[in-house]
Amino acid sequence: MTEATFLDSNEILINMGPQHPATHGVLRVKLKLDGEKVVGSECVIGYLHRGVEKIAENRTYQQFAPYVDRLDYVAAVTNGMGYVEAVEKLLGVEVPARAQFTRMIVAELQRIASHLVWLGTHALDLGAMTPVFYTFREREEILNIFEKYCGARLTTHAFRIGGLQYDLYDGFETDVRKFCDYFPPKVDEYERLLTTNRIWMERTKGVGFLSAEDAIALGVTGPVLRGSGVKWDIRKAQPYEAYSQVDFEVPIGEHGDTYDRYLVRMQEMRQSIRIIRQSLEKLAPGPIFGKVAKVIKPPVGEVYHSIEAPKGELGYYIVSDGSTNPYRVRVRPPSFVNLQAFDRMIYGRLVADVVAVIGTIDIVLGEVDR
Amino acid sequence: MADETKPPSPVGPTETPTKPPAAGGGATTPPAKSAAKAPATPEPWSSAQLDQLNRRLPGAVSEATIFRGMPTLWVAKDFLFAVCELLKNDEGGAYTLLTDETAVDYPKREKRFEIIYHLYSFKRNDRLRLKVAVGEDEKVPSLVSVWPTANWLEREVYDMFGVQYEGHPDLKRILMPDGWVGYPLRKDYDILRQDEAWVQANLKIKSAQ
Repeated sequence: MTEATFLDSNEILINMGPQHPATHGVLRVKLKLDGEKVVGSECVIGYLHRGVEKIAENRTYQQFAPYVDRLDYVAAVTNGMGYVEAVEKLLGVEVPARAQFTRMIVAELQRIASHLVWLGTHALDLGAMTPVFYTFREREEILNIFEKYCGARLTTHAFRIGGLQYDLYDGFETDVRKFCDYFPPKVDEYERLLTTNRIWMERTKGVGFLSAEDAIALGVTGPVLRGSGVKWDIRKAQPYEAYSQVDFEVPIGEHGDTYDRYLVRMQEMRQSIRIIRQSLEKLAPGPIFGKVAKVIKPPVGEVYHSIEAPKGELGYYIVSDGSTNPYRVRVRPPSFVNLQAFDRMIYGRLVADVVAVIGTIDIVLGEVDR
Repeated sequence: MADETKPPSPVGPTETPTKPPAAGGGATTPPAKSAAKAPATPEPWSSAQLDQLNRRLPGAVSEATIFRGMPTLWVAKDFLFAVCELLKNDEGGAYTLLTDETAVDYPKREKRFEIIYHLYSFKRNDRLRLKVAVGEDEKVPSLVSVWPTANWLEREVYDMFGVQYEGHPDLKRILMPDGWVGYPLRKDYDILRQDEAWVQANLKIKSAQ
């Protein structure tokens, strides 16, 4: 980073955040600039650190479940799903089919909702004002379904260790089917606004390039990894719940730039609709709760379980000492690990691309800082 | 080195400093009704890949177990770097992705920290867990040169547990403030504890509780 600077001017160091509308929360980035070119960056995180892993050691397994919703708070359902599955794996419990398909439907709705937040804010950061109004309109429909299902819209605590707290409400299937018919034309609408939009392409094509090798070396997962052309999705590679019983594709990008990651996420929303449709077909009446005791005391041991959260691999590593409280819970957050690639992606680009790259990684600071 | 590095129990804590009820018989008491299907304790694990590893680096892996479908290898600290390089570059199915690195604190053990690595191989589509036992004053070899993603993960382990790494390019706190004293995820760090001097100097309040 000590190469000669443009016109022999001095490098300047500027600070972005933690209070900045385009850092999606309280991310602070120190940028080293040579003119308009970024020649170094450092992310300063931790402003939202709440010590969730410490809290876990002082709560029972069930008591800790609502806390994980507060990590990635725009995708609370998938956070909760990862946690309850990890505990179920530790217990060796099978979840009934109805609960599995319900979880998949709700989780895929959540994936769409999370991608909608990403799309709206990402586009807003890059100067496209309209999409955010459209995406939040559709997200509202999803949140309404969540609200009818479990009473909460954002931090849902939708699932329980062993299955579901509630069976589906009357009319759930109709609501979801209606959404499945309503939503794909809306994705077309977003694509009409952006995919071939010249400004959008100028701002995203070739920006934030990340090669497949770099992505793997930096531990990047989720749509960012797939945007770099690696066809890897935990729902396919190591299926959990009943993902092996549904048919869907894993979209990948070719160039590893911001535009490709955009296309990947747009395709993922369409694939989620496919998964939801198939899950609705397979949803049969039946029990919704597995054999789990009221007091959860897992055997001594440890388990690592990860799921494909909207932002990447969300893993939970739980160590049990045989008591009612976990001995250690480690959350492997996708945002935290993916954010590490920021420096690689922005190096040598213009300062205006910083917001594009932050947006394309799709971070949520609640999850980065825990 | 192999046998001394191994803590008393291969997997999971047998001594439970904070929770007395389950101490001692935790492993043998069937918890709830759930243990019927899956085995309640880790079982020994063997595979062609492990044999190969043992052939190339004899004495590096002191114990291999499997629990809930995930194999765990206990690696001697001195061999850690060599084992990781080998696993990453193994042609049969390289573990190119370091999914996670973290630590667990067992204050009563002679070597109080367990450093845990979760690896993933795209070729083999499987996961592997490595474990290293480390004492409080020992340094762990940094794996940043093997998997660059270890950079932030190791900083977090240092931040939360105070584990020192050798060869890390920029070992400093990541989630806690730079001047904070204490390592929050250690078991002897109470949940209500805070660095009062830091809080008073930086937040200008008496206590953050």
